[in-house]
Parts: sequence; structure tokens; C-alpha cells
Amino acid sequence: MAKMEVLNPGLFTSIQDLGRFGFQKYGVPQSGVMDRYAMRICNLLLGNSQNCAVMEITMQGPQLKFEAETFICISGADLSATINEISIEMNVVIRIQNGDILKFGRRQSGNRTYLGIKDGFQTESIMYSRSWYDEITEYQRLEKGMFLQYSSEISEIEKTNAALKIRKDYLDDLLIEAYPGPEFQQLPEKLQKELFEKSFALDGSSNRMAIQFREDFENSLNAIITAPVLPGTVQLTPSGKLIVLMRDCQTTGGYPRVLQLSEAGIQTIAQKLPGATINFQKKEYQDLEGRDKTK
Amino acid sequence: MIKTPEISPLGDRGILVDFGNNIDDETLKEVLFFKQNLEKVLVKQKVEVTNTYNSLLISYLYTIEDLYGENLTIKELISTANISKNTDYQIYEIPVCYDQDYGLDLKLISEEKKLSIAEVISLHTAPEYQIYFTGFLPGFLYLGGLDEKLYFSRKETPRRSVEKGSVGIGEKQTGIYPKNSPGGWQILGRSPLDFFDKNATVPSPFSAGDKIKFKPVSKAEFLEIREQIKSKNYQIKTLKTDG
Repeated sequence: MAKMEVLNPGLFTSIQDLGRFGFQKYGVPQSGVMDRYAMRICNLLLGNSQNCAVMEITMQGPQLKFEAETFICISGADLSATINEISIEMNVVIRIQNGDILKFGRRQSGNRTYLGIKDGFQTESIMYSRSWYDEITEYQRLEKGMFLQYSSEISEIEKTNAALKIRKDYLDDLLIEAYPGPEFQQLPEKLQKELFEKSFALDGSSNRMAIQFREDFENSLNAIITAPVLPGTVQLTPSGKLIVLMRDCQTTGGYPRVLQLSEAGIQTIAQKLPGATINFQKKEYQDLEGRDKTK
Repeated sequence: MIKTPEISPLGDRGILVDFGNNIDDETLKEVLFFKQNLEKVLVKQKVEVTNTYNSLLISYLYTIEDLYGENLTIKELISTANISKNTDYQIYEIPVCYDQDYGLDLKLISEEKKLSIAEVISLHTAPEYQIYFTGFLPGFLYLGGLDEKLYFSRKETPRRSVEKGSVGIGEKQTGIYPKNSPGGWQILGRSPLDFFDKNATVPSPFSAGDKIKFKPVSKAEFLEIREQIKSKNYQIKTLKTDG
């Protein structure tokens, strides 16, 4: 097994895969990457299986020293990555030599970037997942002086995805796709409309568990009987706060679920910085009685 | 059947089945019956079925590709199945030490409710509490069946830290803190058991539909059980096995 040394951890960096699945019945959060699209691109280009663990990097990147040859790929937010002080391209496979140092610089777009590595990071797997989460895994975030393991076997990567078109528009997109949530219909019509008309600025307290907004929203709904929630559920609290639950959210909640983000919506809002002003864009479910409205 | 459950999508990776607005054993029975059936039918896909008091969530690892088809499968299953009345469940005995060193609010409850401490303990240990589901924190059980005489409001200012295993009351609910955490419930005692073990194959023995009964133990017994758990020599006692 090869290792990389964490010279500097960055602002908030963690190892994530698609998350912990099958343990919600014990109250264990799913966790996993905030932006599944960027993770998929990394693993696809590296020829990895789709659940290979990647590094999730938020706003300010870490400094990492590789102690063996490998291949990496960076996708998601553009944080001006360099190898040995030389700029590297995103969304392509980069060959790494023993002793190479990866650094990040000025943020150009988005909020979270993903570092994929050949065969994925080989950190501890608990409940079939390597996703870091407080209380479940030993670490919650990268720390200085830490060593992370990766595969030392390197085989050449076949370039089968040369024609892959990579989307970058969602990094700056301020429209967040959302379906009406289970309690949406209980809102008065005026508020139903306002949810999609008003703009909301991301609050600085936003993290992997939830995104909150600076603006309050009028609330006429009472608390509900504790019910299931998922990443992407938008709750409305009695004090008029909208809370977008993200990957590390609890499995149940007692606030009305007014919206539910689509996967594209989750990925788009995950790339927004505190202060960014977003609008929810209404998406309807496919008509389950027979006709398909979306086509 | 109480009413026909409603099926609706929840985002791109979830389907919700709603069973009305009641919190009672009948609704839970119905919810758990369909949960078992769904688990049998949907085994081929990467799904997890979880329940709360009155709803089921079927969550998918990936985006649901054929929402129409999934919806149809679930709908058919729900309209054709007859609820069997005999569901299997366990009753687990949960040791709790009601010593005032652990039961930080026993005195307060006793004074406010005009009951002796012994009466509070006896009211708390009498019922077989229904486990509705696990949520909020890993290993936190939502329990039903608290005696009305023990309903008690939460603390106005939550404690910064409540010890793992603490057994408390918050409004109409009683529950156990599975780990050290901040909390506003009134604390009656502490259980020596582990309610969540991340390294175990099965992280918690308790399932929705099972029941628990609290059994008072002395401080010495509490410490002894702690030791047995540490050396992996402790087996949770079951009071009854059905079926």
C-alpha cells in the first residue's frame, strides 16, 4: 500500500464515497459526497468502480505529498490545482510520481472539488463505506501530518472516455431544482408560490449536514409527527427557517418537508458558497397515473 | 385497514408510503407488515426500507430509473396484501439504575408530580414500551407507552452534556441517550447497555416492532453489567419470544 502525507489539511477536507447504505434503520446518516456528479467523473476517467472513495475538498484545498506513483483526477470546483507548482488541468487523468506535491490556490468556480485516485482511497471501511462521519469513522476531517493509503499497483489507464462531455455549468448555476415536498400542499397557495419566487442567500453556518439561509420564510404549518427525511429534504421550522438537509443529515425529522431537491439540485447547491443567492426551480414528478408530463 | 396508504415519490431516490396521522400500535403493525413485504419483493435492487410511526420510506442507492414501474409494484403489493395479525416480536429487558447519582431529575419529577421516588420508578418500569423506530441519533429508539402521570416538559435550558445510557422523559416520550450528547430531557436513571455499536455486524439488537421493559438495578449491578459488556460476557435478556 502506498501513502500520501497531509502537509496542510485545507479548510474542510474529508474522504467520501457514495455513502453508508442500509443502516438508516439504526439511525445512521447516509453521508457520502455532496456532489455525486464530480465524483462520478473522477472515477469514470480513472477507470475506477463508481463507489471508489474520493477526497472532498471545500473552498480551500489541502497540500498533499505522494510517496508512490499513481494516477489522479480532479473534478468539481476549480481551486487552481498545481503539481510541484505547475498548473494542472481538471477532468483529465494526471500521472503522479513519487515525491510530487499537490497544492491548491485561488478559487475560480464552485465550492467543492474532488480528488480521485487510481482504485480509490483505502481508508477504513465501516458499515461498508469509507465516508468520514463523526462518531462512525475515526476521523471526520483531514488533519496535518496524517497519512492516507492508496493502491501502489499502477496499471496504465485505457482512454475509453475521451469523448466524454463534462458539465461545468452547474458550478455557477443559481437555480436549484426542487420537487414539491410531502407537506407542500398544506402551505397556503400564496406561500407555495413564494417558495419558488423568492431568492435565498446561503448562510455561513452551512455544512455537510444542512444548508441554511439568511432570509426567514413565513410559516403557517405546525410541526409534523416525526417522519423520514433524506438528503435534499427542505424543512420549514416554526421560526420560519428553511433548512436544506444535506448528506450527513439525520434519518428522521419533525419539521414539515416543503420541498425535496432533485439529485441535480443537491449537486448544484453543494457547489454554492455562503452568500450565494439561489432560487428554487419547480420540478414536477412524472405523472404516476399513466401520462408522463416531463416528455 | 385503517385507510389506503398513499404512495408518492420523495426526490429522485425515494418513495414514501404514508399511512395517515395516527401514532398507535395498529398503525405500526400495518406499517411493519408492508415493510416486510416490500423488503421481500424489492430484494433484487439496492433499496432500504425504513419506517417511522406512520410512514415507510423506500430509499434507493441510485436515481430511480423507472418510477412508474416502481410505483406500480408497490401499489399492487399494498392493495393485495392482507395484514397478518400475528407478527413476531421480542421483549427485551433493559437494566436501569435509578440511583440519584444517575437519575439527576428524579427528585424534581417526584416533587412536581407529588409522587414518591419509588412511585416514579414503579410507573416507569411497569409498561412494555413499543419500539416504533430508530432515528435522531444512531441507536436512539422512539418508544411508545409512557404512563400519562409521568408526562413532563423538557428542560428550558438543555444540559450541555447528558451521559450515554441516560434514560429520560421529554413531553409524552421516554427514551435512552445512545451516546454522550447535549439534551433537554428530564433524566431518571442510566442503563449500562450499549445501544449502538458501530463495529458490530448488527449495530443494534433492537428492531421496530420489538418491545422493551425497564428493570431497576442497583449501582453495584450497574457496574457489574458494564464490566460484563466490556469483556463481552453480557447477553441482553429477552422476556418472551413469539412464534
